[in-house]
Amino acid sequence: MIRYLAIFGTFARACLVRDMTFRANFILECVTSLGWMSMNLAFYLLVFTFTPEIGRGTGWSKEPFFAFVATGLIINSIVQAFFMPSAEELTEMVRTGGLDAVLVQPLDAQFLLSMHRFDFSALANGAVGVGLLAWATSRLDHAPPPVAWLLYPLVVLCGVAILYGLVIMLAAATIHMGRNQSLYDFWFYLTNFSRYPAEIYSGPWGGPLRMLCTFVIPILLVVNVPARVIAQPFTGQSWGGVVAVVVAAAASLVVSRLVFQRALARYRSASS
Amino acid sequence: MSAAGEAVRSAAPLQGLRTWWTMLSICLEERLVYRGDFALGTLMRFLPIVTQVFLWTAVFAATSRTDISGYTRNDIVAYYLLTMLTRAFSSMPGLAGGIARSIRDGSVKKFLVQPVNYVSFLLAARVAHKLVYYAVALVPFAGVFFFCRGYFPEPPDAVTVAAFVVALVLSFLLGFFMEATLGMLGFWFMEVSSIVFGYMLVQYLLSGHMFPIDLLAGVPSGVAGVSLADVVRWLPFEYTAYFPAAVWLGKVRGTQLVWSLAIEAGWVVAMAVACRVAWRRGVRRYSAFGG
Repeated sequence: MIRYLAIFGTFARACLVRDMTFRANFILECVTSLGWMSMNLAFYLLVFTFTPEIGRGTGWSKEPFFAFVATGLIINSIVQAFFMPSAEELTEMVRTGGLDAVLVQPLDAQFLLSMHRFDFSALANGAVGVGLLAWATSRLDHAPPPVAWLLYPLVVLCGVAILYGLVIMLAAATIHMGRNQSLYDFWFYLTNFSRYPAEIYSGPWGGPLRMLCTFVIPILLVVNVPARVIAQPFTGQSWGGVVAVVVAAAASLVVSRLVFQRALARYRSASS
Repeated sequence: MSAAGEAVRSAAPLQGLRTWWTMLSICLEERLVYRGDFALGTLMRFLPIVTQVFLWTAVFAATSRTDISGYTRNDIVAYYLLTMLTRAFSSMPGLAGGIARSIRDGSVKKFLVQPVNYVSFLLAARVAHKLVYYAVALVPFAGVFFFCRGYFPEPPDAVTVAAFVVALVLSFLLGFFMEATLGMLGFWFMEVSSIVFGYMLVQYLLSGHMFPIDLLAGVPSGVAGVSLADVVRWLPFEYTAYFPAAVWLGKVRGTQLVWSLAIEAGWVVAMAVACRVAWRRGVRRYSAFGG
């Protein structure tokens, strides 16, 4: 474990050195990333000029909703910074045979393939997310109790773990398909479901969709549970969500590991 | 003039067509190699619409309004579905980045020595890409539109449908030349990925892909009597998403429709010229070494 942490640190340092070598590009990436986030925030502000809350009686009025958005920013920035760049690289490695070089290394293939390249500029959004969270929680009608603040980092990490499991399963799909340029698109579209409170998925179609995205692909738990812990009144029911996200995170990590191992067993080299 | 010279001259347009057809065929075959990836990508594009439908349903459920800036809930859903269609024409994934990469890695130089125009080749490749995309996407598109037919108003008259089709074709050309021009910046900058990403952000917001531009009508721009919607309408972006959708929904009619189509055509010409100028100037300053 210590060996892997040391290697993780070496990779991180190398990527940071690389980012700092092209400082102007790094700053530009931070700015564009912040631009995307600002656009979304502006869109939500625009929506709140037309409505007092998202869904009648859901409790997702402006401040709680922005705490929700902040939580999403924090979770997604961690995943975008530490896991997505490696997963994106994998798509070409499978096609070109570059994966072979990884498989012969005396290290765990999943670790190497999912954590060798980082994009530190993605953390800019997370930093803004922390600021936005501070702003939104300071304006809530019900200040989050200490237990909510204690649980919040844990459930955020669980959200990250669920998304990591999803990244690994998409990577496994890449190995099966030989090429999957849509990986990033698929990721974007799937995580799109987690961008809004689960309450919006109601009605004859929304209900089953909510079930699917909670119990089959637990994407709705990723942001909803942490955001609910911090932005909605903390009650006994909140514990149910906490337990659910912890279980879902553990299941995601185990299932994705199995799927990835199975995909690797079926991998046939593309190189000569 | 000799008979041989005459024959060559009369065969030239045919030769040009044959070159175009060959380029198109190659690109079609290339696209179809990874059919699974392509089909998956096509299907995935419908997913954001689902969240938008639920989001706006929740917004309308929480307010007493029947419409927002002239759009009912059904109008907004229909608008998002129609922008999916318009973006299927105007979006050019990978075009600018591909051009910049070919400049950076030197592969563009083959177009400097071959009798094939690079921009024409890219256009043929993009037409091929779109043809395959439409072939793959036709069934899911038809299915989704049929499934969501209840959100749409009565079908428009034939003239509006014709204007809609023209707007779509022009949006394809506008999208192509805008992105190709952006890619040509690779002659001046080593890395354009951040610029391309910045462009995509601006495009997403100002094209009306994110929400109907009419929602900005009440947002002041800082200039007295001018809203943000007015500012956006002075730019070319709205023609790549908002405009065709607005035509179908009857938000643009009569003289305004004719004017808007003329302006869209004008933007296409302006961007095509910009693309050619950027290519010529870029090639002039380009240098390649080694094999």
